[in-house]
Amino acid sequence: MWNYNEKVMDHFLNPRNVGEIADADAVAEVGNMSCGDALKLYLKLDEAGKICDVKFQTFGCASAIASSSALTELVKGMTLEEASKVTNRDIVAVLGDLPEEKMHCSVMGMEALQAAIADYRKKKGLPGGEGLRNDDHEGRIVCKCFGVTDVQIRNVARINHLKTAAQITEYTKAGGACGHCLDKIQEILDDLNRETAGEGESPKDEFSSLTPVRKILRIQDVIDKEIRPRLEHDGGSIELIDLEGSVVKVRLKGVCATCPNATLTLRKLVQAKLNEYLSPDLTVEEA
Amino acid sequence: MIRKAVYFDNNATTRVAPEVRDAMLPFLDELYANPSSIHRFGGQLAACVEEARERMAALLGAEQPSEILFTSCGTESDSSALLSAASTCPKRRKIVTTTVEHPAILNRVRDLARHGYRITEIPVDGKGRLDMDFARSAIDEDTLIVSVMWANNETGNIYPVEQLSEMAHSVGALFHTDAVQAVGKVPFRLSEMPGIDMLSLSGHKFHAPKGVGALYIRRGVRFHPFVLGGHQEGGRRAGTENVASIVGMGKAAELALASIEVENTRVRALRDKLEQTVLKTIPCVRVNGDPEHRLPNTTNISFEYIEGESILMLLDLDNICASSGSACTTGSLEPSHVLRAMGVPYTAAHGAIRFSFSRYNTEEEVDFTLSKLPGIMEKLRAISPYWSSRNK
Repeated sequence: MWNYNEKVMDHFLNPRNVGEIADADAVAEVGNMSCGDALKLYLKLDEAGKICDVKFQTFGCASAIASSSALTELVKGMTLEEASKVTNRDIVAVLGDLPEEKMHCSVMGMEALQAAIADYRKKKGLPGGEGLRNDDHEGRIVCKCFGVTDVQIRNVARINHLKTAAQITEYTKAGGACGHCLDKIQEILDDLNRETAGEGESPKDEFSSLTPVRKILRIQDVIDKEIRPRLEHDGGSIELIDLEGSVVKVRLKGVCATCPNATLTLRKLVQAKLNEYLSPDLTVEEA
Repeated sequence: MIRKAVYFDNNATTRVAPEVRDAMLPFLDELYANPSSIHRFGGQLAACVEEARERMAALLGAEQPSEILFTSCGTESDSSALLSAASTCPKRRKIVTTTVEHPAILNRVRDLARHGYRITEIPVDGKGRLDMDFARSAIDEDTLIVSVMWANNETGNIYPVEQLSEMAHSVGALFHTDAVQAVGKVPFRLSEMPGIDMLSLSGHKFHAPKGVGALYIRRGVRFHPFVLGGHQEGGRRAGTENVASIVGMGKAAELALASIEVENTRVRALRDKLEQTVLKTIPCVRVNGDPEHRLPNTTNISFEYIEGESILMLLDLDNICASSGSACTTGSLEPSHVLRAMGVPYTAAHGAIRFSFSRYNTEEEVDFTLSKLPGIMEKLRAISPYWSSRNK
């Protein structure tokens, strides 16, 4: 049983703006029957370029219908420029909240909107008509079961600050059927994290000047965000035990604790990540 | 407090029969001794466990009560059967099962595959019927055990287990059947079906409480215990007996035996009324499964072009309980493996709803549900892009 809140139930039971627009300025359809949900979105613009009418049709579960309905309320009155900035988080905000496993419904709303905007630009010969997807997928397919591309995965991960492949499954369905692409998804996320980590100021230089307590907090942070999710993906985990000088003492847990490759994990993953994010001087030992 | 539920989800679980509850209460009160104890207090409980065993044997038409082993659930029974086969016949390395088994079997055999066993799954046709030619060629001299469910939980399809058990025996393989959905709904005469070596059942599917099941092991079939420890159940299943639930299941078995007739007349008629009326009054629906060989209590109906979770949510607002083969209801992202194995098109698989009945259902409940269904389908189809494009 899903625990949908009152707003989600209200949008599901009394969906706003259901239907078609015969002379729509933009139409887009995302998802499909085999995936279990699909959304067809129609936009009508007034002379000022604002969305004056919007209609939808959805095949899907209660949260898919509610997300579509919320999307239409959200974008009515917006210019296309404003609408192009709408993300799935805005849809979730209108609904209050969605179960994590249902986040892909809000993402479907965002993708339909982006596709409709692309459709409009394409029809008008405006730039930006190519980049956004409307069934012609940009990027390369990562999840064959649900037809999800690396571009979509990066996009959704950036907007929602996602770190693990399991989260990507909740937000895009990718990896949710056969699971063969989960490692690939994790690689994409790791690359993305490295890129975004580089965007901020590099904390490396100052690490050695921190107090031991702050060093431990930093190490804990990297373990929580970068290392543990990877191990948990394989059924293991890790705990920070102590810091002695530049030696980080950890304890591997779950399947990692008994894994014959534990030393390799410590060196290749744990130490490598700490070196990368904090300081090249750090070494890792099992406590 | 929500109004009393209209409960059409009896393949998920059933209500505990009032007679069963009454039979159990003394064991949750003053009859608390350990049936293994040496004192007369304990001995009295041991006798109650044995009486329950006799009632189970009677329900199954088994030759002897000693062929019944009490377990904690159907899943434990399934795992016990397969692992026992693997450890008692170590030379054979192949397991034959079907694509439509319950996860209790499928995930166990897939784990055995990681330990070097070869797994062959017998496919089904569009009605969910097993490919018997495939089965015949798959069951060979290397086959350790053939495990085929008696009846399918989603479609209610009944499988030709007797014929399959003969195929297994002809090559010296064991035969196990997961009869969790069948026990209590159709008559059993295991004493006359010498091919059935082991059979799993679960109490809560026939009005006993959750947390108790049984494994039938034909006399003479070698068995290696799954749960190791004390000497309970003749050394075949360790752990202090769940006396209250075992007694409850015994009582439920007695009631089921007495009401098999009702299951196959009154319950069947209720199921048929719902199914037939839906087929007549709602467009674009189809029944999944094999109406010729099916449990009397189950119907699986696809409402095309709409999605199952939405249907269940709207039914739930009217306090009608059913279940779905749709992906969204479980948090999994793919529709039911049973419907996919049957090749049910996606247009129909996502909108598949299972209504499963029990002898506690009434005609009023069926009529109430029939009065609600058309409106629900119209409402959801009005939102669906596929419904409107279909009408163009």
